[in-house]
Amino acid sequence: MSALLRALAVWAAILAPSAWAADADHPPVESMASRVLACTACHGREGRATPGGYFPRIAGKPAGYLYHQLLNFRDGRRSYPPMSYLLEHLTDDYLREVAEHFAALDLPYAPPQPAQAPAAVLQRGRALVLQGDAGRDLPACVHCHGESLTGVAPFIPGLLGLSRDYVNSQLGAWQTGQRRAQAPDCMAQVARQLSVEDVSAVSAWLASQPVPAQGRPATALAMRLPLPCGGVPQQPQAAAGGVR
Amino acid sequence: MTSRLALWGAGLACAVAVAAAGVWALNRLDEAPLPAQDAPASSAPETIARGEYLARAGNCISCHTSPGGAAFAGGRAIDTPFGSIYASNLTPHDATGIGRWTSSEFWRALHNGRSRDGRLLYPAFPYPNYTRVTREDSDAIFSYLRSLAPVEQPSPAHALRFPYNTQAALAVWRALFFRPGVLDAQPGQTDEWNRGAYLVQGLGHCAACHTPRNALGATREGAAFQGGLMPVQNWYAPALNSAREAGLAAWPLEDAVALLKTGVSPRAAVSGPMAEVVFRSLQYLSEEDLRAMATYLRGLPQAQDAPLPVARPSQKVMERGEQVYAQHCAQCHGRQGEGSAGAFPALAGNRAVEMPETVNLVRMLLQGGYLPATQGNPRPHGMPPFMHSLGDEDMAAVLSYIRAAWGNQGSRVDTIDVHRGRERRGH
Repeated sequence: MSALLRALAVWAAILAPSAWAADADHPPVESMASRVLACTACHGREGRATPGGYFPRIAGKPAGYLYHQLLNFRDGRRSYPPMSYLLEHLTDDYLREVAEHFAALDLPYAPPQPAQAPAAVLQRGRALVLQGDAGRDLPACVHCHGESLTGVAPFIPGLLGLSRDYVNSQLGAWQTGQRRAQAPDCMAQVARQLSVEDVSAVSAWLASQPVPAQGRPATALAMRLPLPCGGVPQQPQAAAGGVR
Repeated sequence: MTSRLALWGAGLACAVAVAAAGVWALNRLDEAPLPAQDAPASSAPETIARGEYLARAGNCISCHTSPGGAAFAGGRAIDTPFGSIYASNLTPHDATGIGRWTSSEFWRALHNGRSRDGRLLYPAFPYPNYTRVTREDSDAIFSYLRSLAPVEQPSPAHALRFPYNTQAALAVWRALFFRPGVLDAQPGQTDEWNRGAYLVQGLGHCAACHTPRNALGATREGAAFQGGLMPVQNWYAPALNSAREAGLAAWPLEDAVALLKTGVSPRAAVSGPMAEVVFRSLQYLSEEDLRAMATYLRGLPQAQDAPLPVARPSQKVMERGEQVYAQHCAQCHGRQGEGSAGAFPALAGNRAVEMPETVNLVRMLLQGGYLPATQGNPRPHGMPPFMHSLGDEDMAAVLSYIRAAWGNQGSRVDTIDVHRGRERRGH
């Protein structure tokens, strides 16, 4: 009897998938979209998480950036155990393919969350993001992350379309060494110059901004990087003490 | 009165001395004195290549490499119920690695569990298994390690609780539970079976996880391959001698080889710590050696599995589980638990789902996981973690459901089991 039931189950199995049309929720099993379903449960359908939750959007981010983050999680430079666990036994080649899959997605962005912070805080955030603080030798975010803050292909991520909590926690993690990049770790140097109020202001303003031009990253840096960055190989860099 | 006390005292002192002498002697079984002069490590390319292969078979790299660190330079913490043990630096650096070691000292570590300076080693380094390795293979591995670039990286001190941090406690443990000895070939068995036995019992150290351990962390005598809960890691290494768990006796040899080689087969896939073993060790072994291991494992004396009583979930739990399943699981595993060949495992008729021990199921639901990316399966599919999206009750319900639906015969999973899984506690 139980053998009969199992046989019926097997037949049901063979027949059932044909009833599903391949769509975003049921991509063909051989496709990359099917292979990365483990990612999209948290990072949103097709990787387009909105700023409404904590997990960052990954769709459309620069491929080199995503690849480096996957390596950083796997090799312990970024500390988020659930990510490290998932990636532990994946190869560089496969992680590059995963990164390229998400980078190639061109999907619309959700509108930003309405800003909750007082105007003075938003003003301070805007100033730090767009101008930096020359008095403190603090480069502006736009200097490296692109004039429109949508990142610079292939290694520098955009800063818009993320939740305030996520931006806060990343800057905090950089300050404490929980998040690291390949040496020299330029972002750690920048983050450590920020006060708690700076971080809060920057994240409030960034999270309140709409994403322009589908969020596509710029194709080249407008200026030389103010600091040498291990995560941005083969980019023109200022000599020590140069542009700053 | 005083003379009686003195007599008792003397008797006690004698007993302690005899016990200490016994422990001392048991710790030196099968241990030859080190030769005054040792032949240097061979630098013949074929010996080094053989040593590299054998080091793969022993999966030395897994413990002796920290995440993202230099290969074989040590530093990874091995967490045990007695504290953390840090794997040592195996690169030939003079001060921090094995640069000053001789091949006899290396053999003594592998065979007798004694370090270069004479100290006893903790059995987190699986010398109770490696002791079966031949001197010739030990020398080849030593040659390979000596051929690596030296890395200067001191090993952190172990962080063990008293009394486990003392050499005396370790000596007593070894006197009770460790006997060195190379494996003798069984004349009644084929060469293939004997090769398999050598790899499984020696370098493969399969018993280190798949044999249950006692309260002092020693593998239980007479319980070989009966399955064991891995302490702290909180994964269950299923029995290799049981059709109900991970026994291979009823499998075609090819499927068993495919599982070891690629991490996936038509009948099962590897996850958790076994994914690491396939990823870093087994996928590199020759077809011949994997066939030998599978032959030996298929020939293990099989457990007589009596039918277990099944605690069925309530109707309410089944309904809740079915809802959770439809929303979160059916997309990949199919409405009838049929899975999708080569991508998502079937849950109907899957013994990993029905197995009495449920810690692995809870872990998989909490953490998800990817199959290892091997040469034979370079672009694996994966399962998302549900630790953020499902509460303990939903998890218990859906696990109870998949264990009871479609003719499956597993007992229900209770909320407390999921809670313990989140807390990383076994039972």
